[in-house]
This record gives sequence, C-alpha cells and structure tokens, in this order.
Amino acid sequence: MTDAPSAPAVLVEGLRKTYGATVAVDDVSLAVEHSEVLGILGPNGAGKTTTVESIAGLRTGDAGRIRVHGLDPWTQRDALVRVLGVQLQSSALQPKITVREALELWTAFYDDPVPWGDLTDALGLTEHLDRRFLDLSGGQQQRLSIALALVGRPRVAILDELSTGLDPRARRDVWRLVRDLRDRGVTVLLVTHSMEEAQELCDRIAIIDAGRVRALGTPDELVRTGTAATIVSFEVPGRADLDVLRGLDGVTTVRVDDRRVVVEGAEDVVLAVLAALDAQRVVPQRLRVAAGSLDAAYLDLTTTLTEETA
Amino acid sequence: MSTLVSPGTVAVLRTEARLFGREVGSLFWIVAFPVVLLCVMGFIPGYREPDPELGGLRVVDLYVPVTVLLSMIMAAILAMPPVVFAYREAGVLRRLRTTPVRPLTLLAAQVGLHGAAVVASTVLLLLVGRLAFGTPVPASPGWYLLAYVLALVVSFGLGAIVTAIAPNARIGMAVGMVLFFPSMFTAGVWFPVQAMGGLLQRVVELTPLGAASQALHQAMAGQAPDLQHLGVMALWTVVCYGIASRTFRWE
Repeated sequence: MTDAPSAPAVLVEGLRKTYGATVAVDDVSLAVEHSEVLGILGPNGAGKTTTVESIAGLRTGDAGRIRVHGLDPWTQRDALVRVLGVQLQSSALQPKITVREALELWTAFYDDPVPWGDLTDALGLTEHLDRRFLDLSGGQQQRLSIALALVGRPRVAILDELSTGLDPRARRDVWRLVRDLRDRGVTVLLVTHSMEEAQELCDRIAIIDAGRVRALGTPDELVRTGTAATIVSFEVPGRADLDVLRGLDGVTTVRVDDRRVVVEGAEDVVLAVLAALDAQRVVPQRLRVAAGSLDAAYLDLTTTLTEETA
Repeated sequence: MSTLVSPGTVAVLRTEARLFGREVGSLFWIVAFPVVLLCVMGFIPGYREPDPELGGLRVVDLYVPVTVLLSMIMAAILAMPPVVFAYREAGVLRRLRTTPVRPLTLLAAQVGLHGAAVVASTVLLLLVGRLAFGTPVPASPGWYLLAYVLALVVSFGLGAIVTAIAPNARIGMAVGMVLFFPSMFTAGVWFPVQAMGGLLQRVVELTPLGAASQALHQAMAGQAPDLQHLGVMALWTVVCYGIASRTFRWE
C-alpha cells in the first residue's frame, strides 16, 4: 500500500460527527497498529458504532481525518473496500438467500478471496449451507455475517458486536478465528460490550464514552488505572477497626462479605492494609490478593463521566 | 472500472435471478395473472363479436394491450417495491456499500429481472391471444416496441416513486395501493381506454398508463402513436425519476 511502514493500520484524528443537535462523536482519536486487535468499549450511545462506521466509509465525519492503510474512507471508498472487511451490528441479507449462495456471491466480489469452506468450517456453518437466511437462528446469521466480512481476505477487519447472540461454544470458535486473524497480520477493530471478550482478545482497549476516548491501553493498564486495581481480602479471628482501613491512602472501599473483609484500592494498598492490621495486632487469615477486574475499571471510567455531565 | 461488467455484477445478477425465481407470488401476478385475465375475457362470447362502436374491433382485441400494461403495473408497482423496502430495511444495501459492489447494482438487477418477467408475460399474451382468440399482432412492430419500452420505463418510474417517498415498508404498501388502483383504471383494466370516449378519455390520456394504452393500441393497429401519447409518457418518466433520484434513501 501507499503508507510508510511505520504508519498505523488505522488512524483516526479528531473525528467529530453530529446528527442535528445530537453529538454522536465529539472528538475521537485512535491509532491502531498493524496486526493489533483493538477493542472498543463503551455504554450504548457512546459513539462506538458511529466511529467504526466512519472508518468503514459508511458515514462522513463533520471534522477530523481517518486513514485506513493510507486510504481516506470518505473519498477513496473504491480502494478501501478491498482492504477492509466489515461485520455490521445489525444487517441482514436477502431473506431467501442460502448460506452457500451468500458465500458464493461475496466470493465473486473479491480478487483474492479466502476459500469459503475454511470459514464455514471454522464457524460451524458447514452443515447449514443450504438453509435460507431467514431460517437461520440469530447466532447462525451472526456467524454468516462474520464469514462474509472475512471472505475478501481483508487487511483490516471491523467486527461490531462480534459475539452478541452466540452460545458459549460458538463464542469460543469466533474468538479463535479472531486470534488466527491477528496471527496472519490482520488488524482487527472489535466493538464489544463483553469485558470477558475484550480481556481475552484485545491487545489494547479504547473506552469511549459521550463521544470521546476516555482511556486507551492494554487490559492490564486499564485495570491499574481503576480505583479498584487491587482487591485484598481476608478474615479476622477477633475484632478489628475497619474505619482505620477506610482512612488509608488509595483505599476506595472496605466491606464485609460473609465474614470476609474485602478492601479495594490502588496497587500499593496491600502493604498499607497489612501494616494497619499489624498495628492493631490483628493477624489476617486466609489472605488473598487479586487483581481488579476490567469491569470495575470500566465502570469507574464511564460512571465518573456520567456524573460529570449529569 | 476496468471492464464493463465486473464478475461481482454478474454474480449479483445471477443470485438475484435465483431469488426472484423463489418469489412464486410475484411471478404469478406478473406473468400468469394477465394471461388468465385475457383468457377470461376471450371466453365471454359477446367479447368476441366485432363492435361497430369500437371501429369493428372486438373487446378481447382491446384487452391485449390492457393485459400487457397490467403485467407492467403488477411488476413495477406491486412486486418490485417490497423487495427494495426489504433490502433497505434489512441493511442489505448498506452492507453492500462495504464491498466492491455498489448497492445500485442490486436495485438495477431487481428492476431488470422484474422487467424481464413483464417481457415474458407480453410474449405469452401476444401468443395466447393470437392462437386462442385470433387477436391481432402488432402491425407496426417498430412503433409498438417504442411505445412498449416507454410504457415499461414509466411504469418502473412509478414504482421508483413508491420506493423513494415511503419511509418504510408499511407506508410503502399504502402508497403502492394508492397508485395501483388508478393505474389499473387508466390502463383500462375495467374499461378499455379506447371505449371510454369523451372527456374521460382525454383526461385518462394524460396519465402515464392512459397514454401508454393509447400508444400501444395505435401501434397494434399499424399507426404511428400520436406524439402526444409518447410525449406524456416521456414527461412522466422525467418527473418520476427526477423525484425518485432526489428523495431515495439507501438506508
């Protein structure tokens, strides 16, 4: 392609998109590296889908600039569609088209397609080839949609709500497919509501809320930025003054869960909690230290904003 | 574009042709129903008698152009718009925008296939009419073809209006019905335009299908169609496609 080797696979700079008085995307900037899986998380209406649809050339931003492998999606769509594969959040096919016909049709669109049998095998669709689209279950339709996004051997794949409606087994199949894509050098933009999916698949995660990127980093980095990066829990045989723990620097919550004391806070609270207990001559039993979850970090990052704007 | 017809376009046409073949209802109303109607008219004894008021023609003779136009109305106003609504509402057109094939290709394929069904129906009507009831064949094939193509184009113009102005399938069906019955009337399904006479005929001649009916009738009889009829169809065509191309939404 035309871009320098160091250029990111997908570059979004200052994207803004409004619909009348509604600001769908306020100011989004992202740089996605080649063969990276970038997760895009955020509440409903945060601007995730508008962002990826702008990258796919389906919407033209009011301001900002996007490059996909050096191509401008808003003016160079003819070239863009050859490097990009898109699975849209809600898009059906012709009701009476069969799985096989859809795959053959999409195969004919591209110069160097993937043999579609590989995709139907990987996605568990091979036994449904002669079924019509309207007779497929929601999960089967979703898997066909993913297969069609990938049949053109895209360099960049946009997958919007990849595993919505899939059963756990199909979810694993789809996850394996995404990992294979990355291993073959494909860049993946993954819009998702599932923290588990983001943590499993994504090299980095962008959290978008109210049309802005609130946080961008690896899953671990995001967990550490949260106010509940670390969870310390233990049992106390006798009495202990929990208010002392609440006053410690970095501690966000202290609660008692079924006789277990649970302290959530920044990473350095572990030693502070132990020191405070030692000062009370309390020996914590069955002590456990765990990393906080992405869920907690996500809720921190998105609720703060809701409060700010409320 | 490197070649005139890309493999993707050919594949779209082939796939849509298969899917159209599954629309048994549409095929019945476009191809079979007009032939059935012509046969019903032909079996009414009085309709096979020459009528001096019709210039010595028989009623069944008048019903050949009528049923030809009926097939066009069925295809363009009744059968084609719901396909477009379904494709738009399901996101098929939107999805195609992310591939090397343009969504316009899909719509063009649908119009082409519905048009082909009309042509098949016309051939059947001319054959059945001729063989079963001795109806005339077009005495001026060139003029007939011109009038026919204009009638087909203006019919699909009416269908295009339906798909363009209706925001969804439900309203689209209503708009389609509002156009469907007047189109049937002006095409002469209940009462052939040639038998209307007087002011009614002069008004109906200004409608797209009324003009089409007159033009087809004249070409059938071996005359050049009046310029007025061809002009009325051409004008309606410009108006319909002008409105449709300005208001049509892809999603």
